[in-house]
Amino acid sequence: MSDDILPKAPPVVSLPALLALLGILALTVASFISLAIDWRSLFSAESLSSTWKFFQEFAPVNTTSPLLQKVLYASLETLAMSALGTGIAAACGIAMALPASGRFGKSALYASRLLLNIARAIPELVWASIMLIAAGLGPFAGTIALAAHTTGVLGRLFAEALENASPLPETTLRINGAGAITAFLYATLPQRLPQMLSYTLYRWENNIRAAAILGVVGAGGLGQMLKYHLSLFQMQTAATVIIAMLLLVAMVDGLSFAIRRWLVN
Amino acid sequence: MIPAASNAAPGSASETGTDKPAHDPAWRGRITATVLALIILWPTLVMTEFKPWLLLDRQSLDSTWRFLSAFFPPAHSSEFLLLVLDATWQTIAMATAGLVLAMLGAIPLTLIVNEHLSVSRMGSGRMSMPAWLVRQSVRWLLVLLRSVPELVWALIFVRIVGLGPTAAVLAIALTYCGMLGKVYAEILESSDTHATDTLLRNGSGRLAAFFYGTLPSAATELMSYTIYRWECAIRGSVVMGYVGAGGLGQRMDESTKMLAGSEVSTMLIVFVLLVAAADLVSKLFRKGLE
Repeated sequence: MSDDILPKAPPVVSLPALLALLGILALTVASFISLAIDWRSLFSAESLSSTWKFFQEFAPVNTTSPLLQKVLYASLETLAMSALGTGIAAACGIAMALPASGRFGKSALYASRLLLNIARAIPELVWASIMLIAAGLGPFAGTIALAAHTTGVLGRLFAEALENASPLPETTLRINGAGAITAFLYATLPQRLPQMLSYTLYRWENNIRAAAILGVVGAGGLGQMLKYHLSLFQMQTAATVIIAMLLLVAMVDGLSFAIRRWLVN
Repeated sequence: MIPAASNAAPGSASETGTDKPAHDPAWRGRITATVLALIILWPTLVMTEFKPWLLLDRQSLDSTWRFLSAFFPPAHSSEFLLLVLDATWQTIAMATAGLVLAMLGAIPLTLIVNEHLSVSRMGSGRMSMPAWLVRQSVRWLLVLLRSVPELVWALIFVRIVGLGPTAAVLAIALTYCGMLGKVYAEILESSDTHATDTLLRNGSGRLAAFFYGTLPSAATELMSYTIYRWECAIRGSVVMGYVGAGGLGQRMDESTKMLAGSEVSTMLIVFVLLVAAADLVSKLFRKGLE
């Protein structure tokens, strides 16, 4: 009797969900099988103890003052790379956001969006390894690489921000005879500037992390020091560099948090 | 450099007449900002050895041109394409295996960290000292795991287990364990705790309280975040190839060093497509979850 009154219970797992779960499971199994990682030798007592020994070699962190000075310089270099890279990217991002927000017609919109998407899809490290050919080893290549990737990210965010700005103030200025550039600078840009600044600061935080490791391919900063000392198996010096990385990232996080709170108030 | 108009002197319009202000009312703020920016910019340019004219020097223009002109047509011999396909699969497999291991580590750690499953907190509202210590130390472990960049983990593991995908899988597992653990804990702690509390107070076990009280309402968000992280892991595993951890990145590194522009262009195309595909899959999954 009650079967007629009560609605039918939903199935525990629907068909699409089941298929998705099976797909995930198949992908996982296939991944582990094709990688053929030798877990047994990885977790054998012998290799575990050698790993432990390896990590113990980091132990007394190298704190001699010439090294600390070098680390300080590399940290400042990392900081400068990230700041300049983000700054250039913000400028290029605005330049790209103008066509990408549809100001100069459809074809300019699609072309600029395609460029931005490609710039964004290629990670900083890949950009850096390509830039090394043009700019040579050193922080300059890293800066350009950061700028290239970040332009892709910021350009898209800026374009969205500009699209969402109210068009009325700019139209009013234009109708009353202001030039196109003046109207944009005094009507549309001020509306969106706080948000764009906040995006830029957020990217700067990301770029500090990226700049710290870009040196691994030879693009300057702390990463280059780390790669160098690790390949010479100078573990205690490498430990100093890793700690400097962690401190730098924590410091910038704090700073950027403070600036953003100040901007909001 | 366009500060808000509030910097304008209020009297300036009336002093100069209403028809035409003599100068930009916000000029003081603008000039200060520009000067400050220039003062910061100078040491920055020096430190980063910012010399764009080096890009235009004869020799560098030549080598860049030779590299870039080889981009078209991209390398497309079937032998090379098979190689790239294999490397691409390896990249996907490293990301997937690493993320699965990260989940296996993150789930128990999240259960330990979760304050709503604290039994000692129930009566007094305060956790007992040992419980608090355990939770805090696991929390710091998670912070440590995720603050060391994945590439640094990979660099270290390449020295322990040798070149190859194992280093990348371990590096992804450790970093993402830290990230997943933190975000899982945040999701679980921000979900509604009423059901869990009631179950615990009425004598249910902690795991049962978690599975029947907390998990059902948070499951969607947890899965959606995990899939998003899988997408990030794919991008990350390409990059890790650059320190010798296998996959697409390692091939790209080798081809770039040999200045084989056509191979680099093929792999860049494959990489952009791979990222776009991962993005699409992750979007589809997350839409299906809602």
